[in-house]
Amino acid sequence: MYSFNYLKPGSIKEAESLLSGSDDNKVISGGMTLLPTLKQRLARIENLIGLEKCGLDKIVLREGLLNIGAMVTHFDVSNSALVKTENPATAQLASHIGDRQVRNRGTIGGSLANNDPSACYPAAILAMSGTIHTTKRDIKAENFFVDLFETALEEDEIITSVSLPKPERAAYEKFPNPASRYAMVGIFVAKFDSEVRVAVTGAGEEGVFRCQQIETALSARFLPESLSEINISADGLMSDIHAEADYRAHLIVELAKRAVAKSIAR
Amino acid sequence: MTEVTLTVNGKKYTQDVFDHVLLADFIREKLKLTGTHIGCDTSQCGACVIHVDGKSIKSCTMLAVQADGRDVLTIEGLADGDVLHPMQRAFHENHGLQCGFCTPGMIMSAIELIKGKPDITDQEIRQGLEGNLCRCTGYQNIVKSIQEAAKNENNLTNR
Repeated sequence: MYSFNYLKPGSIKEAESLLSGSDDNKVISGGMTLLPTLKQRLARIENLIGLEKCGLDKIVLREGLLNIGAMVTHFDVSNSALVKTENPATAQLASHIGDRQVRNRGTIGGSLANNDPSACYPAAILAMSGTIHTTKRDIKAENFFVDLFETALEEDEIITSVSLPKPERAAYEKFPNPASRYAMVGIFVAKFDSEVRVAVTGAGEEGVFRCQQIETALSARFLPESLSEINISADGLMSDIHAEADYRAHLIVELAKRAVAKSIAR
Repeated sequence: MTEVTLTVNGKKYTQDVFDHVLLADFIREKLKLTGTHIGCDTSQCGACVIHVDGKSIKSCTMLAVQADGRDVLTIEGLADGDVLHPMQRAFHENHGLQCGFCTPGMIMSAIELIKGKPDITDQEIRQGLEGNLCRCTGYQNIVKSIQEAAKNENNLTNR
């Protein structure tokens, strides 16, 4: 690892001003991706700005929306009584990210800012049309995820929390890679009063995306059987050593069926 | 360099460390507590698992400066003199280790895993150990050890 200074600002304002001080400064939340990246010398940083003292670790209900602080760990999301009541699908999703030790350190804000194409949270936030609150503005999920490891965040912008509406029904299903536990495909299905939204992670060449074919079929009838005739095109899906694009296309439909069944049973 | 003060196994340490030093390296090289192992150094294998403020973490993926002011428990802090911690005893009695390299991490993960779960199932233990790898593939007896320790959980004293 190259050497760097570790700074612990006591407020998000201070963190923001430290971050804008130099292009070589970066924020760190749980560090479950950033620290391994630094260890491999894939990044060189002058000042690493830890957010642990910025008070971003609360989960609250605000104006009917579940608001999760950027520094809340996956374990705390999975274990929160409030999340389990308001948004059980998100609690369940968080309980299957990485392993227990990763869940004890990794955070929702870090996962979203990193936008790994196989990460679980982006699917949930996009399917539920969540809002990402930052030090500068509020960004709707639709406008947040740009490309692989790329988001709408500016260089000196920090995620402070995420707000999620309460779906009528929702569930997440993933097919984890047996070695890495990352989603080879992950599907978040969310049924609202007015619409059904389905987001897919782990499969798209440009990261998380919504699957309109499945959304349309489920809007007509919200049942697993509604998807039995659906064929998803492999165009734009990833092919790698773990799975070909057409296998991922097949998984999308199968997992969507399971997610719908799970959301109905919940 | 930053001065950090942390409690490790009940003892307070104040030391100067480089900001980029990993907690695993700090514990092993500065404090000479070499029971915490470094297997993969890529947060996969779990040989370096310790507890920070009561939660299991991979110490190869946390910085020593991030542990400033916190309470750290390593494998060396479990036994009370010659009296093994119940989880250590269960591993001992059930042949829960072969080469022993993964054992410190297995035990630290297992202690958190069974908290409040005296009836933890085989499946839950296997799932709960996804962050710990045993290259000897000695999982059967590891699972057996943890299950036995869980049954005796009333006797467990997590310091």
